[in-house]
Amino acid sequence: MSALTHAVNTVLQQAEDPADAKAAAAATSAGFAYGLAAIGPGIGIGYLVGQAVQAMARQPESAGQVQTTMFLGIAFTEALALIGFVVFILLKFV
Amino acid sequence: MLGSLLTGSTIFGLEFPPIGDIVKWPAAFGEDTPFAFNKIALISIIALIVPATLFLLAGRNAKLVPKGLQNVVETSIDFIEKQVVLPGIGVEGMRYLPMLISMFFFIWIGNLFEVIPTAHMPANARMANPLVLALTAWVMFIGVGVKHNGMKYFKDALFPPGVPKALYLLVTPIEFLSTFLIRPFSLAVRLFANMLAGHILLVTFSVLCITLWSASFLAGVLVLSFPMLVAFTGFEFMVAFLQAFIFSLLTAVYIGGALHPSH
Repeated sequence: MSALTHAVNTVLQQAEDPADAKAAAAATSAGFAYGLAAIGPGIGIGYLVGQAVQAMARQPESAGQVQTTMFLGIAFTEALALIGFVVFILLKFV
Repeated sequence: MLGSLLTGSTIFGLEFPPIGDIVKWPAAFGEDTPFAFNKIALISIIALIVPATLFLLAGRNAKLVPKGLQNVVETSIDFIEKQVVLPGIGVEGMRYLPMLISMFFFIWIGNLFEVIPTAHMPANARMANPLVLALTAWVMFIGVGVKHNGMKYFKDALFPPGVPKALYLLVTPIEFLSTFLIRPFSLAVRLFANMLAGHILLVTFSVLCITLWSASFLAGVLVLSFPMLVAFTGFEFMVAFLQAFIFSLLTAVYIGGALHPSH
């Protein structure tokens, strides 16, 4: 977190125009927004797919059902990362 | 330099186009009116007409033993039935099969234009298409819930049975938010953000390859970056299908939940 505030402060001091300063702060935090949002879902999807693979290896006959449930779980887990991506787009370009 | 954020930026001679250039398209006619017709509208109409034509052609003289086009179409119906309707809703969900098939094919064909040469724009990378689709799913599952359970649907959805009375203070707002507000929002954002992210990824690698092609000795890096572009195109081909599948599967699960709200 201190790295973030430090980076924002450095850019803020260099910029003279307030609009430029705002754009610079937005650009700096945009990367952090997506990077931080990707951590949780990354761990979550890894765990989820690992467990699904284990379940399919133990009971190959239920592979179809496990696969559908796995895709559902991925869709729910992934949503947070995607909201982070949307925040990135909003910060960077809007 | 900082002011150029909205107008594209140059890093080491690599010029990335501004976001407006890669998702906004000029209208062929009717600019600045609600009837503006641009590339997205064209792709959406193609995504509407192609599956409808295929299904009509295949069903025109249907045989008991299918062959050719009828075989392809029946396989796709079978896929939606086995992978979407039965796990999502169950046997009584077969009446929602036509709606889910139309939804699946509209999203899939719209997404496929992300990797089709000369088009290279997924229709669902603009918020309008996923939003309308998500609102359709939203109206659909609430409508199904009300039709099959009456006003008891809202009572069961907001006050799940088997919860201690005092906890309703906590559970009801959460259930209201997650069922009636976050569901359509996440449904739309999931499709939109996936397609936009894929589109930006492909644009980034294309821009990189074009810049490297004209860079003198750095052109050697193309050996690495061009195969990545090809690989990501293949990956996006898969994502286009997967997102259409997940969208229809989630719609089916929401409809199934509305049919039997108690569990």
